[in-house]
Amino acid sequence: MSVEKVFNGHGQRSRTTEVMFSYKAIYVIISREFKRFFRQKGRLLVTISRPLLWLFIVGTGFTQMVNMPATTSYKQFLLPGIIGMTILFSSVFSSISVVWDREFGFLREMLVAPISRATIVMGKLLSGAALSIVQGMVLLVFSPLVGIKVTLPGILAMLVLIAILSIAITAMGLFIASFLTSLEGFNVIMNFIVLPMFFLSGALYPMNALPTVLHYLTLINPLSYGVDAFKHILFEKNGALGAEFPLFLDIGLLTVFSIAMIILAARSFERKE
Amino acid sequence: MSIIQVTDLVKKYNGLTAVNGISFEVKQGESFGFLGPNGAGKTTTINILCTLLSPTSGTAEVNGHDCLKHAHSVRSSIGLVFQDITLDNDLTAYENLKFHCYLYNMNKREMEERIEAILNIVGLYDRKDDLVRRFSGGMKRRLEIARGLLHHPKVLFLDEPTLGLDPQTRTNVWEFINNWRKKEGITVFLTTHYMDEAEVCDRIAIIDHGRIIACGTPEELKKLIRGDTIYLKTADDNRAMSELKETFDIKAAKLHDSISFNVESGDKFIPKIFEGLKTAIVSVNLKKPTLDDVFIHLTGREIREENNNKGGELLKLRRRG
Repeated sequence: MSVEKVFNGHGQRSRTTEVMFSYKAIYVIISREFKRFFRQKGRLLVTISRPLLWLFIVGTGFTQMVNMPATTSYKQFLLPGIIGMTILFSSVFSSISVVWDREFGFLREMLVAPISRATIVMGKLLSGAALSIVQGMVLLVFSPLVGIKVTLPGILAMLVLIAILSIAITAMGLFIASFLTSLEGFNVIMNFIVLPMFFLSGALYPMNALPTVLHYLTLINPLSYGVDAFKHILFEKNGALGAEFPLFLDIGLLTVFSIAMIILAARSFERKE
Repeated sequence: MSIIQVTDLVKKYNGLTAVNGISFEVKQGESFGFLGPNGAGKTTTINILCTLLSPTSGTAEVNGHDCLKHAHSVRSSIGLVFQDITLDNDLTAYENLKFHCYLYNMNKREMEERIEAILNIVGLYDRKDDLVRRFSGGMKRRLEIARGLLHHPKVLFLDEPTLGLDPQTRTNVWEFINNWRKKEGITVFLTTHYMDEAEVCDRIAIIDHGRIIACGTPEELKKLIRGDTIYLKTADDNRAMSELKETFDIKAAKLHDSISFNVESGDKFIPKIFEGLKTAIVSVNLKKPTLDDVFIHLTGREIREENNNKGGELLKLRRRG
């Protein structure tokens, strides 16, 4: 009986309830990812140089070779695609950090804390998306160098579109990452998901110029709609090299895709063995 | 009052039974050791207790909360130190601890005071702004234990906390854990396959093949086997032997320069020898049974091949002149 009394008398034993999102935890997860991003010098260097290599070396090379309509150069055509590529690589890399955390045990530090799985997913999603947004927006700085003028409303529109695409791809990456138990899977993901997504997105060549099978593949690629949306904003005229879908369709599909991926990723992290 | 209560716990992974119906309880403030060879089910049990795994059947309660139904309440009451290091190498010591405080929703003032205090205790305050990747294994361990204690947990779980550390660092880590336990009155639950680590626990459960085969204080467990061995050197061994036989009804064995015999509690028996024997005693050696002996007794094999036990604790008493 005395045990019962002690039990009830202990206020510390009162039950704590789990809130869906712990904002402090989300904040600190984001702040960690930003610190890591700026401290990993190699990753920082690759992040900065990769889009510039594409834009100014591949872009310049192909500009010499490809016959383009007088209004657009290949370098100009490439800009929305390279912004898309940067978001793709950065978002996937950020979400794969979950696997990294799992491999090095840090994920467990978060999993045993009194926070919901949704909090962890949200922290990773927002940090991954935020890093991609910063990188995507930085690339807009180079638009005058390839002869594209961007107005202030254009910049704001790009910010919104970049954010939508960043969230969509990061959520997709998190969903994939929830299945990976080791970093060995990373190369497979790069080869069979990330690179095909880049090549089949209209980033490097117009989608409607592709043979039927490849063309269908571009239609199920979320990146296609992101790059297409950027073309709406960055290109003055919608000629043969311009956007291929209506803007509302781009935004609509990406939004639906993001929501679906967020739900799937959150569910997937909720699983317990 | 028991702070951990486990009843008929079973965990199966695809046909393999890792934990096979174990029951035990741990009292508040106790240090409780889970001793067993690798693969015995120690980590599985700890993972269930800290809500990372759900049991196949049976129940586990920590601090009065069910580990499955009220995982959140359990998580708020526990601190963890895992088998492998779970620090972020790209963050400083301070940042790692701060990250933890935010996860546990501590307020800023409390956080700052607590981190400073704890870093001073583990002797890492001077290194607080260094990246963890520059730390040695022992420093990382100390930092992790400090982190596990930041949020005032009721129970600290330590899964093989000194694995891969050199003996000197192991001793330091243990000193630190024990001081802290006394200071904050927390319960410590640890798994280990080092006998000397289990030795310092208040109580031990020996686990093998997913079952608890013995549970009790180290003394109780050692009583499971033959008792203590006393080695006597005397001025006249034969006379001593006959005296032992007459006075205590003990049949001693004659070794080449001493005699030996087994008694239940050797330490309590030694004074009686001095009282009961008329023969001059040159020296008395007492060999206590070790947990190793217990494990061998219960399972018929050693806990691990590369056992570093020095052959038991030898308690030596000498009589002057």
